[in-house]
Amino acid sequence: MRPFQYARPDGLDHATQLTAPADTMAIAGGTNLVDLMKLQVETPQELIDINRLTMGEIADTDDGGLRIGALATNTATAAHDRVRREYPVLARAILAGATQQLRNKATTGGNLCQRTRCYYFTNIDQPCNKRDPGSGCGAIKGIARLHAILGTSPQCIATYPGDMAVAMAALDAKVEITAEGDKGRTVPVRDFHRLPGDKPEKDNVLEAGEIITGVTLPGPVEGKQIYRKVRERSSYAFALVSVAAVVAMKDGRISRADLAFGGIAHKPWYDPRLSELLVGEAPSAALFDKAADLLLEDAQGYGENDFKIPLARRTLAATLANATGVEL
Amino acid sequence: MEQDQPATDCKLDQMSQGIIGKPISRSEGFAKVTGTAPYAAEYPIENCLEGVLVTAPIARGKVTSIDVDAGLEMDGVIAVVEDERMIARPAQGTAGEAPVQQPRQVCYWGQPIALVVAETFEQARDATKHLAITFDADDLKDVPFDPHQVEPESQESSSQGDLAKAMNDAPHSIDAHITTTGHASAAMEPHSAIAEWDGNMLTVHSSLQMLNYNIAELADSLDLKEDEIRLVSRYVGGGFGSKLGVSEETVAASIAAMKLNRPVRVVMSRQQVFQCIMRRSETSQRLRLAADNDGGLTGFGHQALVSNLPGESFAEPVLQSSHFLYGGENRLLEMDVARIHRMTAGSVRAPGEAVGMPALEVAMDMLAEESGVDPVELRLRNIPESHPIKGTPFSSHRLAECLKQGARQFGWDGGSRQPRHTREGEWWIGTGMASAARVHNISEAKARVTIKADGTAVVETDMTDIGTGTYTILGQIAGEMLGLPRDKVLVELGDTQFPRGSGSGGSWGASSVGSAVFVACEALRKSLAERAGVAEDKLKLKDGAIQNGVSLVDLLEGEDLSEEGHYEPGDIDDDYVAASFGAYFTQVRVNHFTGETRVERMTGAFGFGRVLNETTARSQCIGGMTWSIGAALTEALHFDPVDGHLVNCDLAEYHVPVHRDVPDLQVIMVEERDPAASPIQAKGVGELGVCGGAGAIANAIYNACGARVMEFPMTPDKVMARMPDD
Repeated sequence: MRPFQYARPDGLDHATQLTAPADTMAIAGGTNLVDLMKLQVETPQELIDINRLTMGEIADTDDGGLRIGALATNTATAAHDRVRREYPVLARAILAGATQQLRNKATTGGNLCQRTRCYYFTNIDQPCNKRDPGSGCGAIKGIARLHAILGTSPQCIATYPGDMAVAMAALDAKVEITAEGDKGRTVPVRDFHRLPGDKPEKDNVLEAGEIITGVTLPGPVEGKQIYRKVRERSSYAFALVSVAAVVAMKDGRISRADLAFGGIAHKPWYDPRLSELLVGEAPSAALFDKAADLLLEDAQGYGENDFKIPLARRTLAATLANATGVEL
Repeated sequence: MEQDQPATDCKLDQMSQGIIGKPISRSEGFAKVTGTAPYAAEYPIENCLEGVLVTAPIARGKVTSIDVDAGLEMDGVIAVVEDERMIARPAQGTAGEAPVQQPRQVCYWGQPIALVVAETFEQARDATKHLAITFDADDLKDVPFDPHQVEPESQESSSQGDLAKAMNDAPHSIDAHITTTGHASAAMEPHSAIAEWDGNMLTVHSSLQMLNYNIAELADSLDLKEDEIRLVSRYVGGGFGSKLGVSEETVAASIAAMKLNRPVRVVMSRQQVFQCIMRRSETSQRLRLAADNDGGLTGFGHQALVSNLPGESFAEPVLQSSHFLYGGENRLLEMDVARIHRMTAGSVRAPGEAVGMPALEVAMDMLAEESGVDPVELRLRNIPESHPIKGTPFSSHRLAECLKQGARQFGWDGGSRQPRHTREGEWWIGTGMASAARVHNISEAKARVTIKADGTAVVETDMTDIGTGTYTILGQIAGEMLGLPRDKVLVELGDTQFPRGSGSGGSWGASSVGSAVFVACEALRKSLAERAGVAEDKLKLKDGAIQNGVSLVDLLEGEDLSEEGHYEPGDIDDDYVAASFGAYFTQVRVNHFTGETRVERMTGAFGFGRVLNETTARSQCIGGMTWSIGAALTEALHFDPVDGHLVNCDLAEYHVPVHRDVPDLQVIMVEERDPAASPIQAKGVGELGVCGGAGAIANAIYNACGARVMEFPMTPDKVMARMPDD
């Protein structure tokens, strides 16, 4: 761990000033950042501890939705009464991630910003364009078991590792961001994370000096909510593939199909074409196949992760079958 | 004593105290769960410097320069230690001599090459990341990482009759190719040491399994005499083979302490533990089984390819139990070793059987299906009367009993084995079974037992307790023999100031050092009998008194009575084949869509000689069965194909089973006495639980969903790929 300065801001505005310079980073739960600092994957000169800012509230919004403060812990969010009743896909996604001890510390904002688990990213003696732009990608020709099959670039095939954000993408949640001088903006979770392109070092759209203050969920919708995470062991493992689904039926036809995927791309993967294809149709194995064809049209494996293409197909089919009551 | 004959009448069965075998909780358990049992790195030692190992980011080559002067300029850095006595690899188990030294010659990615010593751990760690080092690295094209890339060396080869002909002639035959990935020990406590040098004596607190060998390995590495070294290892946070031999941090800390005349602590990072401590070799195995119409084996072939670094004598002994587990007059057993540049391969929990037995048991399951014989019955029919080649008798053998008792408790019905018989929603449900076998190891050991004038006893040996219950069982043996309750016997372990024990490894600790304690107690009983004026075989000791009511305190008249027990295996293993046996039965569910497998229940029945403590023995069985789940479903080392480095080097990405993966495991201990195994008639149990269990799970996967996977671990991708279409 490199020596670093530590500062505690007086308020949110102060926090945005302190985090504006390069080489500063905000720290909340620290469940990812501290590990990466020990490995010197992250080497901030100054840490801005935002834990004492009052951003932990979970509250109803005027339009019937729910606002989850950036510092609300994963445990608190997953246990919140309205989350459990009205947004169960979010509660289940959070509980599918990490361990109880980690969820007690991990926060909403921090979880959105967690970094990839690519083996080459976390090993500073290996090339990685995300950690060290221009150094190359060790994973493309290496062990790509955890890696992406959609939206990759020749620079980077890393995945976003989280679960919470996948559910939030299905729910079409919005990320509230503030910057110095009260310059705020709101970004849909679906657009918050980026594809790697030729700037894999940038995971998401957050700029220096910007701080996530909360995430807003729209009012609850009808339908069945499912979070399905495929992994080797039943806890404390990142998703090989995950699906968050909010699916409703009306008169034997699908009336809503909001689907997001984890473990297959640099961001929670949301493809609006799936909803267009599925809504208005009667559910069937053939329809689910068509949806998978569309989802995986441009999918590309890198050897070790080739299995994710059939796995995503089968997991999607199983999830849709479960949501619509079709027997496969 | 040297054991050349079976010990048929064992005194332990004739004593009066009644504590041997009883389910007594580990005596150090409270200290461990309350955090008051100090592990190696936790001893509060004043003025201690912190060392962090510098490792090489190249697969093979030479270190050409280390900029020590620039290193010394860094914050807090006291020294950059590079010394050709530092070891480049851990010592193999029971080596008793220095492993490969001269760390400037790099043989694997992540090899330690130097040590940075600083005032604080953070300073030392930071300096290691910025130290300027130049390498003359070999062209990666010339460095083999894949065992299939190189021409292997023959490690062992034996044959009898004509296997090819037997395969050809047999009505039923199986020819199966099965692979297993590499494993890491994955002990919780990282390898760590604190070394102190007073100018004459080197004292090292380290996390080690076999101090009796480790002291010789350290002495040889440092060019010191053994009597100039004291090793202390009172509590070990898991070893699983990875702490059998002395490893890089202990030697580096010792050298630094001697150079700097200050105590130095070196703790490996989790990544370093994965990258430079022993791995279990991956294996490629071919099983050939030929059987008559009734499933009786006429041919038995087991071939394996394993790997290690050049210069290492250890080769994963995959075939170890295949030599004697099942019959078949035409036999071929061959093993080759490929020399590749991954980190050192060595002993990782149950070397050999942990990967050889699951493969064999998958082949047996295939033969059961092919021949139409129930899998339990197939195994019962193929238990040999004696060693299939040597003809020597078994010292004791409870495989049949384990198969029968296990089947009964599990509810194995012996009915149709047609796969895909039960589906609940997305999940296929099926059952499978396998045999367990593990060779019996035993070693020379010494222990001193003293009856103090106050009527308590002390057991002293440099034996370690790696969490297995050694403190407790040695107290039970001494207490039983001397007529003392368990809490009147103090057991002192893990310090080379005590007589040399056996060390913990190869499941041999209990029978080896337990026998040494037993021998010491026999001598003490003789002395006591003389003092009491009775014949030794008439001496009845219970609760600190002899039969006439005279207490030990009165009998000793203020003196301590001390004896050193010395046990040596002798040549009894020429006359008997000694092994532990067992059977596993399991039910799994397999997801039709994703191939995810979850173990629903598992029963293990094991016969391993005398049970010294029901609780600790059961815990050992449960631990082994848990590792079986890991070997079956999740555990795999992944090596980069370009430079051979280990990519998944932490516990987040190297997947051992978590609590949710482990159902309530049922253990049946099929107790027996094995007079030829040891004077206390006990065999090893530590590893038995992992010697085949993964095969039972693999067979249950097949029975559930029809996917016959030939690669361990059977991760969702592999099961899904073999899942039959509807």
